[in-house]
Order: sequence, then C-alpha cells, then structure tokens
Amino acid sequence: MSFLAAENMTGGYGAADILHDCTLTVDKGEIAVIVGPNGAGKSTAMKAVFGMLNLRKGQVTLDGQDITALTPQDRVAKGMGFVPQVNNVFPSMSVEENLEMGAFIRRDDFRATMEQVYDLFPILKDKRRQPAGELSGGQRQQVAVGRALMTQPKLLMLDEPTAGVSPIVMDELFDRIIEVARTGISILMVEQNARQALEIADKGYVLVQGANRYTDTGEALLANAEVRRTFLGG
Amino acid sequence: MDLLNALVALLNFVVIPATAYGAQLALGALGVTLIYGILRFSNFAHGDTMALGTGFVILVTWWLQSLGVSLGPLPTAFLALPFGIAATAAVVLLTDRGVYRFYRRQKAAPVILVIVSMGVMFVMNGVTRFVIGVEEIRFADGARFLINANEFKKSTGLAEGLAFKASQAQTIAAAVLVVALLFWFLNKTRTGKSMRAYSDNEDLALLSGINPERVVAVTWIIASGLAVIAGTLYGLDKSFKAFNYFQLLLPVFASAIVGGLGSPLGAIAGGFLIAFSEVGLTYAWKKVATYVLPEALAPDGLAQLLSTDYKFAVSFALLIVVLLFKPTGLFKGKSV
Repeated sequence: MSFLAAENMTGGYGAADILHDCTLTVDKGEIAVIVGPNGAGKSTAMKAVFGMLNLRKGQVTLDGQDITALTPQDRVAKGMGFVPQVNNVFPSMSVEENLEMGAFIRRDDFRATMEQVYDLFPILKDKRRQPAGELSGGQRQQVAVGRALMTQPKLLMLDEPTAGVSPIVMDELFDRIIEVARTGISILMVEQNARQALEIADKGYVLVQGANRYTDTGEALLANAEVRRTFLGG
Repeated sequence: MDLLNALVALLNFVVIPATAYGAQLALGALGVTLIYGILRFSNFAHGDTMALGTGFVILVTWWLQSLGVSLGPLPTAFLALPFGIAATAAVVLLTDRGVYRFYRRQKAAPVILVIVSMGVMFVMNGVTRFVIGVEEIRFADGARFLINANEFKKSTGLAEGLAFKASQAQTIAAAVLVVALLFWFLNKTRTGKSMRAYSDNEDLALLSGINPERVVAVTWIIASGLAVIAGTLYGLDKSFKAFNYFQLLLPVFASAIVGGLGSPLGAIAGGFLIAFSEVGLTYAWKKVATYVLPEALAPDGLAQLLSTDYKFAVSFALLIVVLLFKPTGLFKGKSV
C-alpha cells in the first residue's frame, strides 16, 4: 500500500460535490503532481487530503493509518506538511521566526532542522533577520516551504509553489523540490506549469471536473498524445 | 531675549506634562492595538477596563493603607497594582468566556464585535460606578515632587520655576519599563512570537499548531495589565473619576489609529504625538514667546490656539487627517 493513499474522495464546500471519487496515492520519496484545467478541483483535492474539506465518501490513510477524521492540525502532528498557495508566510516576522513558528509543535531542539533548511535554501540564511513580507516572490516561496519542513514531515504538500514566480526561479524551486524528495520525503503538489512539473514527477494525475482522467508516470503522461493535445497545449 | 527661562517654561508647561500624558496614552493604546491585532476588533470597553482596574487598585490601596502598609516615597498604589491587574484580568477573561467567545465561534464580522464591545463598555461603566462611585478620588501618596518649583527658582536664580511631579516621573519610568517588557515578550518568547504569528496570518498559525484560545487568553491578560497600569498612572498623575476614563477612550483610540492599528511601535508614537499636539495646541504660548521674541514682537493676547475645553477636538482632527492621507497609520498598521 502506498505511503499516502487518498481513495474515492467525494465532497465539496457546500451542498454540491466538487470531488467525485478522486483517488491520489504517493509512495515514499516520490513526487506526485496534480495537473488539470482551471476549476478541475486540483487545490480542492489537496485540501481534502489535508482535512480542510468535509468528505462524504472515501478515506485517507497515511503510512497505513486511517487519518480521515483528523483535523489539519492533527495531521501536521502525524507527519504532513502543507504549503498553501497564497498567504503562506508570516509577513511581519523575520525569516528565522517564520521557521521557528513552523516548528511550534516541536518541543525538542530544532536547530539542526533549521540548519538543514538553510542548507537547502542558502539565500534564507543570508536574509534570516529580514521580515518575510519584504522578500521577493521566489524567496517567499522558499520561506513557505522551509516553514513546512520544520516539523520534519514525511509528506510535503505544495499548492502551486511556482505561482507568480519567474521561469528561472521556477526551475530552481523544482530543483529544490527534487532535493527534498531525495531525502525520503514524499511530495504531493498541484501545478499550473504542467509540462515542467510532469518532467520532475514520478507520478502524474490529470484531474478534470473533480475526477481522475489520467493517471500515469510523469514521463508517460508527457508522451501521451491525447494528454499533450488537451492539457499541455500541443 | 531669555532663552533659559523660555526653555524652563517650555519644559514645565509643555514637555513634562505632555510626556507623562503621552506615556499614559501610549500604554492605553498598546492594549487597544494588541486586541485589534489578535482579536481583530476595536475594543470600545478599553477605557472602562482602565476605570474598573483603577477602581480595584484604589480599593486595595485603601485596604493596604488601613493596615499601615506603605512604600515610603512611592505611592502605595504600586503595591496594589498586581492585585488590581489580577482582578481585572479575571473579569475580562470571564467576559471573553461569556460574551466574546460566542461571537468568535460564529466568526462574527469585526463591526459586530465592535458593537458587542460597546455593550460590554456600558456594563463595565455601570459596574465601576457601582463599586467605586462617581466622585473624584485622589489616591496618590508618598513623595509629591521630584523637583519643586520654588526650590528650583531659589537654587537656579531663574524667574521661571520648574516642577517635576513624582507621579510624572513614575509614569514615565513605569511606561519605559512596561514597554521594554512587552517588546521583549513579543519578540523573544515563544508565546509572544506565536501571538505575532497569529496576528500576521491566522490560518497559517492554525496550520502551525498554534492554539488560538491560548493566544486570545494571553492577549486579554496583557491588555488588562496595560489598561490597569495606564489607568492607575493617569489616576495618580491627575485623579480618578470614572467618567474621565470613559472620555480617555477617544485620545487612546486616536493614538492607536494614528500610529497604525496593530502596530505596538505605532501605538507608542501615536500616544506621544496626540499628547504633544493636545498640550501644544491648548497651551498659552505668551510666556515662552515673551522670553524668546524681541519686545516689539511680544504677543498681546495669550497666544493660545485653542481653549483646553477643545482638547479632544485635537485628537479628532489628527485622527481624520491621518485617516484621509495615510489610512494605515504612521507605522503601517492594518487598514481599518
């Protein structure tokens, strides 16, 4: 069984369902990418995995443990890290304080984890005394990812980490995400830049109207003529 | 021209009173701004929290005085402060449990909470008058002056006297101490940082495992502490009268908004700005002007821009100017 298995998720914010029998699985150290057209329910699916959505049907298991009924906070304690798409830093607090707040639930010494984050994102070490709100978009995303890494999650979920950053910064962020995955952390991310994201993905999900349309390796999806034509613009 | 006498007159009538008043406003505004930052509404009951807390302090002061306890040159009220803060924090926490929490759970709009706080204000207003009465109460004891006007004149030979009341010195010293403690708490401790995080981004704070009810409770306790200290210092400096504290709400709010709601640094700057404007605009400058200007230019009138009756208009005017031209306040607070 996969490390994360979210199966047959059905539900939405109000009366109407947004997700219909949506299934997402991620193995250990794997990068799974959710792509799809606007309004396909990509972010909603991610929120459902994190417990921010009431599911009418389906279940979520992490490392074999059923977490369907847990609140997002409890899921963080179980080893999930979540980086929201927007408002994902504490703008008036320094970079270092942002990381400290990421480690809020840890009562042990987290300095080693902070050093690891600084090794991963060296620019953050230089800017550690600067308020996160004053950083560039790309640097802010690094703070956001770093904050989520502070709990030493086993699964890191990223909601459009490259939204609004330049192509160069995007490539760099993807490189860092690969590095994170190499340390054994599973990654589930939603991406608008579908082609680039599928290039680094072990597994890709194409969602349409809240349901799985295609599920395959990133490579295979990129090679699939149908997927290319319909979702990747040729 | 007599610059030295002008300077002494300026210190005596403007700088010292305005600094003490500014420190009192800053402490009050800090409480308002903290509550705005964390609970996201303007707490109209803050002035009456100050009154109620000062009422508790006065009661304990009387009790201590009846036991013959005194702090020597310092006012006995300082000894009563911890009791007053504890009692006020208890009342405020119970109010939160009974009133505000209900609306928080409903995720009520800030404007609803403002109106709720007005209700709390009227109740507290009544309770305070019921407990301590409506009369003017002077409860300052200990040394009265740090620098006495007559002795100052004698020892310096200047025509102008300089009076520095002990209560003014205590106010300034206490304000510096309290502000330093508050900033240390907010910037260095885990709980303080979690409060700033909650104020910055509530959702992300929840995701990080910060317990909102704890943050709210700590905020109320700190705000009560600030309110009681500010109220007691104001009462020692002037006198206690429940109605005056209700009126104090206006300059306190003006200070917090002018500085930028949600910004502690702004609350302090706003407090002093409002205090100096109020005192500066309502002071009769004739004396200082006569010393500084050549005789021919000396003013005939009092050179007082506004009668002291209009001092609250000064805070209003400043408030409107800031809201028109810099709605987030001088220190980039949250927009109202």
